[in-house]
Amino acid sequence: MPNLLVPLVLAIGLLVLPWHMQQDGLLSPDWLGLWSTDPASAPALLLAARLNHAWLWPVLACGLTAAVAPMLPGRRLGGGAMLAAGLLGLALMAGQGFAVGLAGWEWPWLERLAGPLAEGQFGMGGGAALAGFGFLFTATGGAARLGAFRGDAFTAGAAGLVAIVVLLFTFWPICLALLSAFDAGLLNFAARLADRRLWGWGGSALNTLALGLAVAACTTLLGLAFALLVTRTRLPLRKLLRALTVLPIITPPFVIGLGLILILGRAGLVNQAASALFGVDLGLWIYGLPGVLLAQVFAFTPVAFLVMIGVVEGLSPTLEEAARTLRADGARTFRTVTWPLMRPGLANAFLVGFIESVSDFGNPIVLGGDYAVLSTDIYFAVVGAQADPGRAAVLAWILLAFSLSTFAIQRWLTAGRSYVSVSGKGDSGLPQPLPLGIRRLCLAVAVPWAALTVAVYALVLAGGFVRVWGRDWTPTLSHYGRAFGLGWGPGGIIWEGTAWPSLFVTLQLAGIAAPLTAGIGLLAAWLFTRQRFAGRRLLEAATLLSFAVPGTVIGVAYVRAFNVPPLELTGTGVIIVLAFISRNLPVGLRAGMAAFSQLDPSLDEASSMLRQGNGATLRRVLLPLLRPAVASALVYGFVRGVTTVSAVIFLTSGQTEMATVFIVLRAVNGDYGLAIAYASVLVAILLAAIGLITLLVGGIRIGRRTPAGVVA
Amino acid sequence: MTASGVTFDHVWRRYGPAIAVQDLSLHIQPGTLVTLLGPSGCGKTTSLRMIAGLEQPSEGQVRIGTKDVTGLPPDQRDVSMVFQSYALFPHMSVGQNVAYGLSALPRAERDARAREAIAQVGLAGFEARLPSQLSGGQQQRVAVARALVLRPAVLLFDEPLSNLDARLRRHMRDEIRALQQRLGLTVAYVTHDQAEALAISDQIIVMNQGRIAQAGTPGQLYDEPDTAFVAAFMGEANPARARLQSGILHLGPLAVPVPPGLLARGGFQDGDVDVAIRPEALRIEPPSEHGLPGTILRSAFMGAVAEYTVATTLGDLFLTDPAATAPLPPGTAVSLNPTSRGIVPVRST
Repeated sequence: MPNLLVPLVLAIGLLVLPWHMQQDGLLSPDWLGLWSTDPASAPALLLAARLNHAWLWPVLACGLTAAVAPMLPGRRLGGGAMLAAGLLGLALMAGQGFAVGLAGWEWPWLERLAGPLAEGQFGMGGGAALAGFGFLFTATGGAARLGAFRGDAFTAGAAGLVAIVVLLFTFWPICLALLSAFDAGLLNFAARLADRRLWGWGGSALNTLALGLAVAACTTLLGLAFALLVTRTRLPLRKLLRALTVLPIITPPFVIGLGLILILGRAGLVNQAASALFGVDLGLWIYGLPGVLLAQVFAFTPVAFLVMIGVVEGLSPTLEEAARTLRADGARTFRTVTWPLMRPGLANAFLVGFIESVSDFGNPIVLGGDYAVLSTDIYFAVVGAQADPGRAAVLAWILLAFSLSTFAIQRWLTAGRSYVSVSGKGDSGLPQPLPLGIRRLCLAVAVPWAALTVAVYALVLAGGFVRVWGRDWTPTLSHYGRAFGLGWGPGGIIWEGTAWPSLFVTLQLAGIAAPLTAGIGLLAAWLFTRQRFAGRRLLEAATLLSFAVPGTVIGVAYVRAFNVPPLELTGTGVIIVLAFISRNLPVGLRAGMAAFSQLDPSLDEASSMLRQGNGATLRRVLLPLLRPAVASALVYGFVRGVTTVSAVIFLTSGQTEMATVFIVLRAVNGDYGLAIAYASVLVAILLAAIGLITLLVGGIRIGRRTPAGVVA
Repeated sequence: MTASGVTFDHVWRRYGPAIAVQDLSLHIQPGTLVTLLGPSGCGKTTSLRMIAGLEQPSEGQVRIGTKDVTGLPPDQRDVSMVFQSYALFPHMSVGQNVAYGLSALPRAERDARAREAIAQVGLAGFEARLPSQLSGGQQQRVAVARALVLRPAVLLFDEPLSNLDARLRRHMRDEIRALQQRLGLTVAYVTHDQAEALAISDQIIVMNQGRIAQAGTPGQLYDEPDTAFVAAFMGEANPARARLQSGILHLGPLAVPVPPGLLARGGFQDGDVDVAIRPEALRIEPPSEHGLPGTILRSAFMGAVAEYTVATTLGDLFLTDPAATAPLPPGTAVSLNPTSRGIVPVRST
C-alpha cells in the first residue's frame, strides 16, 4: 500500500505554506499563506499562477508527478518514477533557487536567453523546506522500492535525511568558504598562506600549534591521573573528582578564563595579595599564553578524563593478575601490561585535547592578550575594523588542516588497535592497586588541580556579588539586578534586565536544537551500526568528519553560504539551530553508536521475525533500551547549544543574541561583574536542566562487577 | 622443578559481613591433581586465588611445601595460573607471552625455554602470532605453556575449559591430565563440571557455602557420597527415605545391603535414614510380584541409554536403562529391582 504521508507533505509544502522565508520569523501571523497575494507569504502554486514566479511551474509539475508516482503499479515502474520525480524535484528546486535571485536572473546567459524578469525572489522558507523533504523521501522511497536499502523505505529515508543534513549544512558551506580563499587567485592564496604573520615567531598559526600541543599533553596526563585515581584507588576524593569533571562540561569554556582573571588577573586575588604584602606588581602575565594554556587545561581535562576512564575501565583486570602470577611485581606489571594497553587511549585523548584547543574561541578572546591564535584571528578578519574575508578564508584553511590532519592521525592510530575486551568472557578478577610511586604522582597532580577548580568556581560564583572585583569589595546585588531585573507595569511583568532577551533566545534555540540533534544523531547511529547499504561507510566517515571542523570555521562558512538566496538565513534563529545540529550531531552519533553496539543484533532479528519493519523495531525495541543514550544525547545537545561560543559568535544578530556571545562581549569590554553573574546563572540553569532531563528520561547505569563481596 | 604440596590451615576469607570461605583446612599432596568442585559461589575460586596470592586470607595460614606464604604477593610465590579467560596479553606475540615470566633469565635461555614450552603444547611455529590470530583452543594452549614454562611448584587452573566447545573440552581435559602425569606436577583445578572433575582428578574436594562438603577420590565421591548434596552434585541422584536395620536398607519391598565400611564411617544407626538412589541403581523389568512396582511417567531415548521417570511409592524416580533399544511408552507398568550398587545412606545435613 503506498504511503500517503509523503504526498501529503509535498502538497502542504507546495500548496499551503508560504514558499519563501518569513522575515518576521516562523510564528508571524501571516504564516499560513494560502490566500495571500503578498509574494513574501504566498505558497508556490499561487506564486506561479498569479505572481509572476513562472520558474516555479517545473517544480510544481514535478511535485504532482512525485505525488502520484507511488500509486503506479509494479516495482520497477512505480519505484523508478518515484526516484526520478524525487531527484528531479530536488534538482529543479536547487536550480531555480540559484538561477533567480533577489533582483532577477543570477546568471547573465539566462537573462540573454529568456529576457529580463519582472521581479526576483527571496530565499526559501517553510513551504520550500517541506517540499524538499517531500521530494527527498519520494526519491528514497523509490530507491527502496527498486530494491536498494534491502527494500526498506524507512532505512532509505533515514539515510537520505542524514546525507542531506551533512551535505547541505556541513560540506556545502565549508566548501564555499574554502573556495572563496581563491577568489583573488591562486598566487594570492599561496602568498597569504605563507604569510610571516602566521608562521613567524608569535604568528597565529605557530601559536595555535604550540598551544594545542601543550594543552593536549597536559590534559592527557591529568585525565590519566584522574582516571587511575578514580578507578584504582579507594580514596574518598573519588566522588568529588567525578563531580568536578562534570562541571566544566556544563560550563561555557571561557568561564574558566573569567575565574582565572579573578584569581590571577590585573585585579585578581594573587596580584592584590602580592602588592599588599610585598609591594610587588606581578603584572599582566596571565594575559597571553600562560592564561590561555591554564584556562584550556582546566576546561578540557574533563574531556581527556572521560576518554581515559573508558580506557582504564575497559582494561581486563585479569591481564594484570596474570602478570602478577608470572612473577612480575606491581611496577613491572604497570610498565609492561597496563601502560602498553592504555597507549591507544592516550593517543586518542591527546588528539581530542588538541582539537578542542585549536577550536576554542572563548578563552583566547578573554585571556589571549597579544597571543594571537587562528580562531580569534578569523573572528577579527570577519568582524574587525580591517575586515578581510579573503584572509578569513585562508585562516580557515589552516585551522581546518590542523584539525583534520589530527583527526586523520587519530583514526589511523586507533584503527584496529583497541585492546579492550579482547579476552572474552569469564573475567572475574579485581583491578590491581596502583604502584605506590604512581599513586603518589597522581595524587600530587590531582589534588592541587581539584582545589584550583573548586577555587575557580567558588570565585566565579562570588565574583557576581561584589561591586568591582579587586577594587571595591562592597557586597552588592547590582550585577544580578542589571542582568535579571524585573519590573511591574500595567501589562504585568516587565523583563527589565539586559540579560533576559539573550537568555530567552538561547534557551529557545538550544531547546529546539536538542531534540533534533539527538534524533538525527541516534538515527544516524542506528544506520551506521545496524544497517548495511551502499555508501554507508562514506556517509559515516563524512558525518564523523564534521566533528573535526572547528566551530569558528563553521561560523565563517555559514555566514558566507547562507547570506543570499536560495538559503538566506543570516540573522535568523534558523541558522543558529542549523549550526547547532551540524556541530553537535557527531556527539549524539557517538553516544548512540556506543549504545547500539552494546545491544545484541539478534534483538533486531527477533523483532523482524515478529513481522515488525525497521521503523517499528527501532521505536518499539531499540529506543526503549536506549533510554540512557537518548537522555545523554538530549543533555549534550542542549548543553552544548547553550555553552558554545565559537560558531554562533558569527551568526548572532540583534534579534538572536545568544547568552554566551553576550557574556564574552561584556567580558572583553571589562564588565566582569555582569559577565560573571550571568555565567553563574547559566551554569545553574544547565544543572537544573540536566537534572530535569535525567529525571524525565531516566539515567540507567549498566554496572560493572563490584569488587567481590561488596554486597548491596 | 620440585612439585610441592599445598596446605590450608583454618583459612577464612570474609568480605565485610559476607563469608566466602570458612575455616577451610585441606592438603594437596605433591604431584597430584586435586579438583575444587562446587556450585558457583561455593568459595572454590576464592580458595584457588588464595593459593595464587591474588587474594589473602582474613584468618589462617596457607603453606606451599613447608613455606608459609600467607600475605606474600603472587610474584613471590612459586605458583602459576591458567585463567578462565586465558588472560593472554593482547599486545604481545605468543612467544613474548610465554617468555614474559622468565624475565630474570638471560635472553638465550629465555627464548629456548619459551620455544620448548610452546612445542610442548603443540604450537611450534606459532611464536610470532598475536593472540587475536589464534583459535580458542590455541589460545588455551598458549595460556598453559605460559604457566608451565615457569616450572612452578604448584600449577593452578581456574575453569580453564569453560570457554571451549564440548568436543575440544574433552580433548584438552585429557591433554592437561597427560601433561600433569608426565611432568609430575602439583595441580589445583577449579571447575563446576562434575564430569570433568571425575575424569581428571586424583582427589576431588567438593565445596558448598565456603566449606568442604566432602573430599576423596572420584570413586569414593560417586559411590559413597556423605550427604544428599554431594550425591546430587556428583552425577544424578534421587533422594528418598529408607529404614536401616542391621546393615540392610529397606525401601518398600526392596532390601539392599550396605557395605560395612560405609556403615561404620557414616556412623549410621538403625532406624529411618536418607538415601540416595543413582539412576542406574534400579533395573526396570516387566511387572511381577518381585520388586518395587511402578508406572512409567515419561520416557526419552538418549542413544546409549533410555531415560525414565517412574512413579513409585517412594516418589517419582529418575532412572536410566542401558539395555533399551525402544523406550517403554508412558503408562507402562514395571517392577524395579536393585542392581549391585548405587543405593547408599547419606547424612541428612
